[in-house]
Amino acid sequence: MGNDHFVRFENVDKSYDGKQLVVKGLNLDIEEGEFVTMLGPSGSGKTTCLMMLAGFETPTNGQIYLDNKVISDIPPHKRGIGMVFQNYALFPHMTVYENLAFPLRVRKIPKDEADKKVDKALSMVSLQGFESRMPMQLSGGQQQRVAVARSLVFDPQLVLMDEPLGALDKNLRESMQYEIKHIHESIGVTVVYVTHDQTEALTMSNRIAVFNDGKVQQLSSPDELYERPVNSFVAEFIGENNTFAGEVTDVSGDKCKVKLNSGTEILANPIVAKSKGEKTTVSLRPERALIDPETKMDNNHKGKIEEVIYHGDHTRLRVDLLGNKDFILKVPNSSNRMDIKEGRDINIGWNSVDCRALDPK
Amino acid sequence: MSKEQILSSDGIPLEKSLKIAERKNKLKAVLLVAPLFLFILIIYVFPIGEMLFRSVDDRMITKMLPKTFNAMEKWDGKDLPDEEVYKGLYDDLTYLKKNKTYGKIIARLNYEKSGFSSLIKKTVRKINKFEEGNYKEQFIKVHKRWGKNEYLVALKNTAPNWSYAKYLKGMDRKFDQDRNIVQVEEDRRIHKILWLRTLNVAFWVTIFCFVLAYPISHLLATLPMKYSNLLMICVLLPFWTSLLVRTSSWMVLLQQQGPINDLIVWIGLAADDNRPELMYNVIGTFVAMTQILLPFMVLPLYSVMKTISPSLMRAGKSLGGTPLVSFVKIYFPLTIPGIGAGCLLVFILAIGYYITPALVGGASGSLISNTIAYHMKSSLDWAFASALGTMLLVGVLAIYWVYNKLVGIDNIKLG
Repeated sequence: MGNDHFVRFENVDKSYDGKQLVVKGLNLDIEEGEFVTMLGPSGSGKTTCLMMLAGFETPTNGQIYLDNKVISDIPPHKRGIGMVFQNYALFPHMTVYENLAFPLRVRKIPKDEADKKVDKALSMVSLQGFESRMPMQLSGGQQQRVAVARSLVFDPQLVLMDEPLGALDKNLRESMQYEIKHIHESIGVTVVYVTHDQTEALTMSNRIAVFNDGKVQQLSSPDELYERPVNSFVAEFIGENNTFAGEVTDVSGDKCKVKLNSGTEILANPIVAKSKGEKTTVSLRPERALIDPETKMDNNHKGKIEEVIYHGDHTRLRVDLLGNKDFILKVPNSSNRMDIKEGRDINIGWNSVDCRALDPK
Repeated sequence: MSKEQILSSDGIPLEKSLKIAERKNKLKAVLLVAPLFLFILIIYVFPIGEMLFRSVDDRMITKMLPKTFNAMEKWDGKDLPDEEVYKGLYDDLTYLKKNKTYGKIIARLNYEKSGFSSLIKKTVRKINKFEEGNYKEQFIKVHKRWGKNEYLVALKNTAPNWSYAKYLKGMDRKFDQDRNIVQVEEDRRIHKILWLRTLNVAFWVTIFCFVLAYPISHLLATLPMKYSNLLMICVLLPFWTSLLVRTSSWMVLLQQQGPINDLIVWIGLAADDNRPELMYNVIGTFVAMTQILLPFMVLPLYSVMKTISPSLMRAGKSLGGTPLVSFVKIYFPLTIPGIGAGCLLVFILAIGYYITPALVGGASGSLISNTIAYHMKSSLDWAFASALGTMLLVGVLAIYWVYNKLVGIDNIKLG
């Protein structure tokens, strides 16, 4: 891949009313050809960032660079950035062909060349033969594909997607995720994608920027984000998470002792809380805790099953463990465990490496 | 396979049992609609029917001179009619004189041909002295016009029960003696001017309203709620004010010593002793009608613009269209249903507008509706007023039809 800061946000602030910052001192580099997702709860500033990149909002402070050029003064129509909008924003009075030809026509591309490009873009989203349909005659998924094709038809270097799959039902959304991912892989365009759906982000992206409170909390690859969250917000936001609140009592190498509020001490991995006396929230993924572990694990505690929830491929247990009544465990459906019953005591073990001592909530 | 009748579970044919099940609902629906239906019938269909009827109804004179017309049926109109006709006329006039109702036919006949007024009056005055037999001679003795063929032909022309003469009059045309349609004398051709002026005023008022309303509606649809509500009130406030009050305030503003003229003089566009006339002419009609009809353009435009997602313009820009191109290619075409609705509404309202042109229009700014009102109230030629009204109605329907052909009526959006 080429330029490793193809898109660059440099200390970008954004405020709408002069009282609150929606985006606070944002720094973000996006590599050429990358698929970066901005993920965060609503109101976290991710869409604002996208709009600033597209040119529909101006940064209150700071600069945005595209391919090493400052773009703050370039109007949206000259930025050459493709965009897929939340509700597709297909032009309802134009056919699919006219929708796709619009960016080519305003660029004064000759008709035969434009026809070829439209054809190519439509075949990319497997919608050949739909040229003369009106958008209203298409299903949600087809409209979505037309919107994607339209954002790509003029060969932009960068494509922005603002929660494009939000209006689709679950199955369609999943297949569209793969489709968009494959299109990205095959043409190598840089994509900045905004969503609040973490599965979507994990499935599609090269890297994910987790937004909260106007800041990027963590920017890393999906597995890194899931396995090694750098703070409690990311740990909570991505995937499921069990937490214990406590205080670090001892640190030795890559392990630390955390005294929980219930009085028990557990071993954890010091990530944020690295010194004695620090308050911390310990985070543990449900699938990293095992019932009656066969191998030796450095944390072993007894808990009481409060609730059993059958989920088909796995069973979920809510366990009262070390003062946390909402400790979740996942038991795969393969083993025929008959001893999983409400009210029963079980042994739960986990390794200190998976148990990350993060910032207190 | 033969088509078998499907039965519901109790053995009654399905179609029948469906009808029974739906009957109650149907009855309810009919009862709910009935008051409105009656209302429309009484307030809309009946008056329009009455108007159409009145505009062609010419039975009054036929009823009053039955024997005359009966006798005239055989007459070819070339030479003077024979005794029989004069006998009929004598009988009819005697009867009318006895009942003192001959006044009605005087107006009608005089409209057909001037000169009938004195003719009938004089004849009726002397009709008591007529002797039996040889009425033709006696009639001609009373007044020599009874010996002129043209008067008798004119009389015969009033015989049919139905007549479209009023429509001809509305188009500055009339029947000549030989029942040919000819234009009226040059100095009497006022209706054509009126029609053209009405169309002209309606057209320009529509254009002005459109030009003014489009940006306002766009603002209304795009401003944040708190400002757009305020602006909406500004648009609607005059709408809620009495029409008469609004027109009168224009009279205050536009008069020769009024504030607008003061301003013009103060700026130096006109001398103080040569103030422009802004009222009692077509300018006043334009200004006041545009202001009064503006909300009818704003509201449909606004309701259409409100539904246009702002992301469409953004999409246009992000795809490389300049703001102008995006507007022309994307925004404007999407507002056409609103433009159509607004223009149609304003044009149709303007074409039949009455109060404003009556108050600020003066002679050169009065429209066809003012003429209709004149014939309703002053000249009492209700048949002619009805004919003009019907012509107006047909005109409006024609515009509607043309609009439907050009834009399509399902492409209209009133809100």
